[in-house]
Amino acid sequence: MSKNIYIEPNYTYGDHTLHYIQQAAEHGLYEIRGLGAKRRLPTFDDLTFLTASASRYPLEGYREKCETKTVLGTRFAKKPIELGIPITIAGMSFGALTAQAKDALGRAAGEMGTSTTTGDGGMTPEERRSSKTLVYQCLPSRYGFNPDDLRKADAIELVIGQGAKPGGGGMLLGQKISPRVAKMRTLPEGVDQRSACRHPDWTGSDDLAIKLSELREITDWQVPIYVKVGATRVKNDVKLAVAAGADVVVVDGMQGGTAATQQVFIEHAGIPTLAALRQAVEALEEIDMVGQVQLIISGGIRSGADVAKALAMGADAVSIGQAAMMALGCNARHYHMNGELVDATEDFAALGTAPGYCHHCHTGRCPVGIATQTPELEKRLDVDWGARRVKNYLQTLTMELTTLARACGKSNVHNLEREDLAALTIEAAAMAKIPLAGTDWIPGVSGY
Amino acid sequence: MDTLNPTAEAVRFDLSETTVRELNQYLHHELPGSGAKHVEVLNPNGRHNLAVGVDAPVSIDIRGHAGYFVGGMNKLAHITVHGNVGWSVGENIMSGSIRVKGNASECVAASGHGGLVVIEGDASSRCGISMKGCDIVVGGSVGHMSAFMAQAGTLVVCGDADPGLGDSLYEAVIYVRGTIHGLGADAREEPMSDDDYARVANLLERAGFDHDLQEFKRVASARSLYHWNADHHQEY
Repeated sequence: MSKNIYIEPNYTYGDHTLHYIQQAAEHGLYEIRGLGAKRRLPTFDDLTFLTASASRYPLEGYREKCETKTVLGTRFAKKPIELGIPITIAGMSFGALTAQAKDALGRAAGEMGTSTTTGDGGMTPEERRSSKTLVYQCLPSRYGFNPDDLRKADAIELVIGQGAKPGGGGMLLGQKISPRVAKMRTLPEGVDQRSACRHPDWTGSDDLAIKLSELREITDWQVPIYVKVGATRVKNDVKLAVAAGADVVVVDGMQGGTAATQQVFIEHAGIPTLAALRQAVEALEEIDMVGQVQLIISGGIRSGADVAKALAMGADAVSIGQAAMMALGCNARHYHMNGELVDATEDFAALGTAPGYCHHCHTGRCPVGIATQTPELEKRLDVDWGARRVKNYLQTLTMELTTLARACGKSNVHNLEREDLAALTIEAAAMAKIPLAGTDWIPGVSGY
Repeated sequence: MDTLNPTAEAVRFDLSETTVRELNQYLHHELPGSGAKHVEVLNPNGRHNLAVGVDAPVSIDIRGHAGYFVGGMNKLAHITVHGNVGWSVGENIMSGSIRVKGNASECVAASGHGGLVVIEGDASSRCGISMKGCDIVVGGSVGHMSAFMAQAGTLVVCGDADPGLGDSLYEAVIYVRGTIHGLGADAREEPMSDDDYARVANLLERAGFDHDLQEFKRVASARSLYHWNADHHQEY
């Protein structure tokens, strides 16, 4: 007689946790990986639009005009940034990405009238040429940072932190420190490179004000200066950035991506983008700077619906990094070479993963040729093909954004408002301070 | 006021009468091609961001104390501060030189890529932090964590060095004449070679100092952190 076996699920030590413990026991190392938080978090998916009906008047589908123009940096800069759409490409370094990938992002952004951003490692000539509007990052490492490139920039972004690793520096493992990357960063080839977590020349918000003034003096107050923070103590950080003189504040939520950092950082530091955005908007409201200082939100923005909801909650623009990489072909089964699609499944398998699940940017062995510095792999990204795909993606996001805006009766996407939204979960209602659908209830704020 | 006369050989800015913005605007836009070779800045009174982003072969004398970032991102210019300076003098310097006749606060020549920075007095903490190819000569002593994460270039200290010297060094090299009160992670003392003596002699001469070369000690990276290794157990 066979004995009944009952396999009882273990929610404390499930498959994921068991794998983690066994890996730690085997290797004695924490995991380093790319991309952003994978854990289940409240997101913009937990909000929905209350589009027009009897009480609101909609605009006609794709026919009636819906403005998407976005102006950033109106506070102090003589030349604010004028973008065609409120969707920008986030900072991603040459080193983490190939020069070809940066080139493709620049071309796509240029065609859509939006900006790209440099990254840790400096400005490449390719991305300057291909990017109509280029934001130059001033990072703690200052790799490749120089006054000539500073003056070529259309805006400057002083990076204090990023959502994937707020309070942490970066790392670029030796396999990606190619001769060109090493030269740009003034490092020996092949070393595991540590990007500093603190700026080398200032500490604290009083110093930050002087630092921003220095950058303005060097660029003769011509271009906007953004300050980017990883989302932790958002209210304080936004207020301090504004007090220090930022034209634009960029808040990068917990779902923001990276080329490489510790998994424990990615999954266990910072707050979700949804909560961060609401706190950032409140910070600007409390100091009466809405409209004077623009707000960009990033970290897990994937769709036109995400963009529309972010704008409705008070963002002036969004920034996308991982999604832009995915549009380029990150995590796709195929890459495009010589006019044909080539299956990369075996290369994903060699990394111990599969298309759709890869986060091995840190290894430099990107099967689709985006996050690598290996010449043979770099050839796997066809720049024209990649640029077209990113442009298509940005165009789709914009069409979805305007579709929702029109349905809410808005002739300008920047007229979307919190009142257009309802929350689908109690967590989202609390974090976004948007009433739970079908009620007037915002936990901690209002009654049912 | 002769501050904006581009044909005068020595152009003078009195910051009790004019602004830092006017000074920098002149240095960026009106000075190049004007024939002016010498700019004098009077009454700086500790103001920040003096002569930042200059990209011209000009001598600039700042007569008094300067605040943060004086000479920041300098190219080609030769700047002398006749007083003390605040944080981050010559940050990200690319070329040219900066001489401070007095003492310097923290982060001298942070992330400097090239050129020479001379501090005739003492320099506070993190002198030469993240330097990327510039040379620094300090006539006195330096504070803690100097040359932190320094990637390339040379720091010469004619006095003493506080604890944490050369923490997480890459390829920059440090020479100290006096007492080293403690090395940082992955920094180590190494024997002086003939090349080292020549390097120190050259920098001392350019800085205008005269010391017995035999008194200098070399500090460089042990390179044990070049490849991340969990077996360090975070004890370096």
